[in-house]
Amino acid sequence: MQAIEITKLTKNFKNTKAVDDISFSVVEGEIFGLLGPNGAGKTTIIKMLTTLLKPTSGEAKVWGNDVIRQRDEVRNCMGIVFQEPALDNNLTGYENLDFHTRLYGLKKELREKRITEVLDLVELQDKANVLVKNYSGGMQRRLEIARGLMHYPKVLFLDEPTLGLDTQTRRHIWEYILMLNRKEKTTIILTTHYMEEADYLCQRVAIIDFGKIIIQDTPKNLKDLLGGDVISIEVTQPEKAMISMKDMPWIKKISRHNDIIDLNVEQGETKIPLLVKIDQEQAGFSIKSISLRKPTLEDVFLNFTGKTIRESETNQNFGNKGMARRHHQG
Amino acid sequence: MKLINYSAIYVMWMREMKRFLRSKSRIIGTLAIPMFFLLSLSFGIGPSVNLGGIAKGVRYLDFLVPGIIGMNMLFSSMFGGLSVLWDKEFGFLKEILVAPVRRSSIVLGRISGALTTTLIQGVLILIISFALGFKIVNAFSLVSAIIFMILICIGFIGAGIAFASILSDTQGFSLITQFIVFPIFLLSGALFPLANLPGWIKWLSMIDPLTYGIDGLRGSLIGISQFYPLLDFSVLLVFDFLMVFLGTWLFSKTEV
Repeated sequence: MQAIEITKLTKNFKNTKAVDDISFSVVEGEIFGLLGPNGAGKTTIIKMLTTLLKPTSGEAKVWGNDVIRQRDEVRNCMGIVFQEPALDNNLTGYENLDFHTRLYGLKKELREKRITEVLDLVELQDKANVLVKNYSGGMQRRLEIARGLMHYPKVLFLDEPTLGLDTQTRRHIWEYILMLNRKEKTTIILTTHYMEEADYLCQRVAIIDFGKIIIQDTPKNLKDLLGGDVISIEVTQPEKAMISMKDMPWIKKISRHNDIIDLNVEQGETKIPLLVKIDQEQAGFSIKSISLRKPTLEDVFLNFTGKTIRESETNQNFGNKGMARRHHQG
Repeated sequence: MKLINYSAIYVMWMREMKRFLRSKSRIIGTLAIPMFFLLSLSFGIGPSVNLGGIAKGVRYLDFLVPGIIGMNMLFSSMFGGLSVLWDKEFGFLKEILVAPVRRSSIVLGRISGALTTTLIQGVLILIISFALGFKIVNAFSLVSAIIFMILICIGFIGAGIAFASILSDTQGFSLITQFIVFPIFLLSGALFPLANLPGWIKWLSMIDPLTYGIDGLRGSLIGISQFYPLLDFSVLLVFDFLMVFLGTWLFSKTEV
């Protein structure tokens, strides 16, 4: 069964197309990632799927329920952890969870059991009776994740679940997400602009930029598209270096990024000696450094958009000041 | 899905109670303003006031207390409804909006929460007024006064929710206070009899719903009123239905 089906979904704000004619589907039990820079439209997609925003056009179904015509049914089968905090700071952690269980109509005997369970899971038992305003950012995040799981949602939306967390907490939350997916068979849709997060967690990802899906597949297939390994060389005269390298038969793809040239090759470690053999003096450039790496989703993003994810963020925020401002406020 | 979800109403009410009881400054703050008004006006200008119209010969303190209670009901109710704006600002509104609960139940829960805290304040002001020498007609006065307090609250909480639903952030809050809440307060006859007002202002005060609330309170507590109590009651009831309907309708259109 399809947990989520989106057809030609579009959302216009006053003068921008935040989400532009997007279609994809998520299979039951899958962890699906929406990957892209800030302001690419990921959160807008999540808001439409969780009935917080009405789509301008197109159709979306969550667990078979239409997000416009069957909003209550959609709300019943999904849970969400928002990007910005959505806790009541003047209540304790326990009270925030209790509020949630009652709002979702959990039976009395189930309420306490479930609260204890999720508090254990995110290791906040000893902070349960502390006001949320005295929690650290990481603790608030964990509490929100705990809350999103309380009512056994069929589909769980995680909007930048580890944004602003330290590495250790991030790892912890990753393991937790994987465990949840395995144990409770929860379908998970997460947005992130951390490539390694998407790579580690997601069975499939869709790369989004400027409100459009650029490509979607499994992380492995996406990386395989680039073909083998990536050799990055830093040189003094990139133009000249490009000319002298472009006819080498073992280079599958060559791309330049400022002073860095990326070469897609098979078995990269055997190709470095070949690079060093080029007569640099004659070609008029010199190599400053060489590095070899297995391709990451960051390379995939770079390959399909021609920009690094950070550059893309800068552009989008310049092009769309309103969005940039909203992010700061959030 | 249940049309009226008691669990959701209860939890919204409970949240408001906890927040109210936890913020000591809020309890003191909400009582301070009516106290200042009561003390400064009744002792300061009271002796030099010569009430006209229906209130001829009434002590200014007795005239003032129902007005100050009404004022407190207006401010607290409006702010109670407008507190949706703070939930919007701090993100908690999203948690409420994605829940599988009808918007009408959320609004009813919020109304019951704000209604309870406002009534507590109203009763406290009444107790303090007794200490200052305020006298009521008889014990039944209290029952009918509380009915009028409830009617005033429900309508203005609904109005507060309606305003909060169309405003996007807390910036609009002071605008509402200055251009809606204060005129409603000043035109309601809370501080002075409406009899002496020039014609056109009198007309404005006639379309001010608080006028009927304060008239009802005065009729209940000190036995002096401009209109029949049943008229006050009916006007407020209609106002309440309209505002609750409007508040629910606008709130259900909220997007965040």
